[in-house]
Amino acid sequence: MAKSHVTTSVNGEPQEFLCEPGDTLLDVLRNELNLTGTKEGCGSGDCGACSVTLNGRLVCACLVLGVEVEGAEVGTIEGVSSGDGLHVIQEKFLEHAALQCGICTPGLIVSTKALLEENPNPTEEEARYYLAGNLCRCTGYDKIIRAVMDSAETLRGAV
Amino acid sequence: MSEAKEFKYIGQRTIRPDGYDKVTGRATYGADLSLPGMIWGKTLRSPHAHAKIVSIDTSKAEAHPDVMAVATFQDFVTLQSESIAGGEGAADVLDVARNCLADDKVLYHGHAIAAIAARTERAAKDALALIDVTYEILPPVMDVEEAMKESAPVLHEDMFTNGYDEKPSKASNIATRVEMKMGDVDAGFADADVIVEREFRTPTAHQGYIEPHACTVTYSEDGQSMVWCCTQGHFDVRTLTAKVLGMDLGKLKVIASEIGGGFGGKTVIYQEPVALVLSKKSGRPVKMVMERDEVFIATGPTSAAKLKAKVGIKKDGTITAMQGWMAYEAGAFKGSPMMPGVMTMFTPYDCPNVLVEGFDVVVNKSKVAAYRAPGAPQAEYAAEMVINELAEMLGMDPIELRLKNAAKEGTQTIYGPKLKRVGLIECLEAAKNSPHYQSALPEGQGRGLAAGFWFNVGGQSSVTVNMNPDGTGTIVEGSPDIGGSRASMQMMAAEVLQIEPKNLKPIIADTENLPYSQGTGGSRTTFATGMAVIEASEKVVAQVKERAAAVWNVTAEQVEYADGVARNTAGEDAMTLAEVCKSAEKTGGQISGNANINARGAGPSFAVHICDVAVDKETGKVDVTRYTAIQDAGKAIHPGYVEGQLQGGAVQGIGWALNEEYVYNADGVMENPGFLDYRIPLASDLPMIETIIVEVPNAFHPYGVRGVGETGIIPPLGAVGYAVGNAIGRKVEELPCSPPRVLALIQNG
Amino acid sequence: MAIVIFSSELQRLTGEEQTRVDAEVFKDIVAEISYQYAALEYDALMKMAVAIDGEIIHTPFLEKVAASSEIHFLYRISGG
Repeated sequence: MAKSHVTTSVNGEPQEFLCEPGDTLLDVLRNELNLTGTKEGCGSGDCGACSVTLNGRLVCACLVLGVEVEGAEVGTIEGVSSGDGLHVIQEKFLEHAALQCGICTPGLIVSTKALLEENPNPTEEEARYYLAGNLCRCTGYDKIIRAVMDSAETLRGAV
Repeated sequence: MSEAKEFKYIGQRTIRPDGYDKVTGRATYGADLSLPGMIWGKTLRSPHAHAKIVSIDTSKAEAHPDVMAVATFQDFVTLQSESIAGGEGAADVLDVARNCLADDKVLYHGHAIAAIAARTERAAKDALALIDVTYEILPPVMDVEEAMKESAPVLHEDMFTNGYDEKPSKASNIATRVEMKMGDVDAGFADADVIVEREFRTPTAHQGYIEPHACTVTYSEDGQSMVWCCTQGHFDVRTLTAKVLGMDLGKLKVIASEIGGGFGGKTVIYQEPVALVLSKKSGRPVKMVMERDEVFIATGPTSAAKLKAKVGIKKDGTITAMQGWMAYEAGAFKGSPMMPGVMTMFTPYDCPNVLVEGFDVVVNKSKVAAYRAPGAPQAEYAAEMVINELAEMLGMDPIELRLKNAAKEGTQTIYGPKLKRVGLIECLEAAKNSPHYQSALPEGQGRGLAAGFWFNVGGQSSVTVNMNPDGTGTIVEGSPDIGGSRASMQMMAAEVLQIEPKNLKPIIADTENLPYSQGTGGSRTTFATGMAVIEASEKVVAQVKERAAAVWNVTAEQVEYADGVARNTAGEDAMTLAEVCKSAEKTGGQISGNANINARGAGPSFAVHICDVAVDKETGKVDVTRYTAIQDAGKAIHPGYVEGQLQGGAVQGIGWALNEEYVYNADGVMENPGFLDYRIPLASDLPMIETIIVEVPNAFHPYGVRGVGETGIIPPLGAVGYAVGNAIGRKVEELPCSPPRVLALIQNG
Repeated sequence: MAIVIFSSELQRLTGEEQTRVDAEVFKDIVAEISYQYAALEYDALMKMAVAIDGEIIHTPFLEKVAASSEIHFLYRISGG
């Protein structure tokens, strides 16, 4: 079957690739564009390790087809920091020891960024429910939520 | 040595040195390596839980234009049953090989039968359908009690139970029977005023790491091979893989990628030898990555168990006798962690009369792998539930009852030696005084408490500390970092070298850069690899003193080293570490210290957890409303990562107690091999996990370290189980306390 | 002479609860008791861990054993 040619933008940079109809955005990011920061934990949208943004909306890349991002703007973990130092969220995750093995961390950071752009002042409960789609097996979520709440406070203070 | 000591760097909450790569997505995990010319491997798995393989025909697959190689069990060398050290303890290498690719039988749904390497991942997967397998389907045995019956279908015709005085004449599914005892339980029970005896069941549960097993391998024409994989122990991957393929250790290089969780489940091999066969046959690098359902059905899990606990106690709270019985499911091949279960079950208690009997039983499920304190959670759950029930019957506080009978220094264990200095009493006192325990239980909720014990291990660690001419250094160690241990290595080396931790870079070397190092597991890394780091760093300091002494024409004994500076005690001279390293070229060559040790003296870690739950009596849903984890760390090198271990273990235990279980249909097929229906805890399920680190130093480690990684998963089963029972006024016996079970308990009593 | 205390499991093979052994190095102790008790195999014993005066050692091959030492053979725990 002939592959489709897709033109898109990832983290603000123009990208193009070839993919099969059945290839997911996750497959494409990792295997065609060599952006391996986005991880596959389950392939069925249950774990959130592949969290990315699609036109500003938080999605699981494993549930989006490669062909669907034609003309769209995709945001991945690689685009979270500006290249001029870490994003506040990344700093807080490190400060709070909010990662152990780190496999869920890219997805969580992308999701946290989406949360705080949508709701700059979440309660702990709101944060926990927003991030319920990001599974972590190592930390028990305690330090992650602390990092998220601290990030929210810092970002609000910086405005 | 390890009494209250002032540390310059130890005990701080440093930023982990690998952290920047982890929060930016740069860190490379098992599935993140691609090589030029790489092709993809996929595995054909058994649709049946128990069957003889009558024939395998791979010819159609091999003829497919996209298929470049096919592998079956025949591609492994001929092996005899042999117990070798590898991974989490002794493994029978024949069983390991048969689990990687089935021999003449498939023993669980998902059992690997053959593998294909093809140009694309999709082509490999599609080509699996071209392999023709003929099966003679056999009845599956899916339950430990069913498996132990005389009439049960037998998985292995050559399995005769070990552990009886006379070898049985009939093959069975019971691989081993063990009995440990001390004192006289019959006399002890006769002496008791109150006896409680209960039966319990725990489910098949998975370690649940988010990262599926993955490897990228190459096999060169001269037999030199490379395996890149996510593993807790790359040296053990080398040992086991080389054995299965009949290779020299020196020809197989294994590189440990960053690892996305293991918890014991990544101390064994699955795809690595298969991928190497495919690479050898195709002449190309091969990548194999498991899909999520494969991880559930064909890796791990931990043993489901049937347990009985019987404890006798006097009215004043003195325990007079403790008796246990357990049957653990090993999965398809022998080797459940039944033995550690037997050894740990009653160890938190100082009682002279103890008897525990255990059975290792095979069933048609995936072969179990280690899971955080393997064997202990199930056994100690049974004991803790009975202890709590006794406390309630006597009207005694559950902490006071445990304090009255607490194991301590000098307590005789059932497995032989007396305990050395341990911190159970300190943990119980901390629990008693904790804000959680001091707070009243909210109306309608239930509270549970439980203790936990795990041995922790030492073992082999090899470390080299290489100093650079500018006085910075590299710590080359062989323990894959599963939870932030590099930060602790950095601090321990810094403490000896008396320079800022950020000037020392810890790296995880591959199997060619260091001698054998045992895997990361058994709560050994901060303890044993830390000890090697300290020893290697001390050798650097010794060399620094020698070099400075030579420059000053004094003896090394006349040089003192403190705060990163070497000083001549017989004069005024001083040189910083950086200065000594800069002149190393002139004073004899580069400075580096090496320590290849077999660490002993691992100190056990005791824990006590407190759990409050609210139960919705209409739906049976249980919410954990408050949780405190208290554990003895000996000395917390990095408090943040120690807390992380306590919290992570607690939440895995909470999941095990509340929701996690394998659901099988009548054909032995797992019905919930995904994260939607194999329900691990989510952020929205939990409150903050309060932690209290107790520090009763372990005299065998220079800084007093005890491992902490594992014990934390043990108390939650009893703490949560008892809390649920307390909330609904019923006796909880079977885990998990999922809504249907809780509702049934409420309705049927 | 060092005292070797047998677990209830090993007692099934030795018929005795304990024995005294006149040897200073662990490997010689194992050689001695595997000689004394036909049912105990040297190789099987060498695969076990041992507690010498309460300190658990996984591979005690060359361990020095004092005359007053108490020795227990243990299953080798690994962990996860």
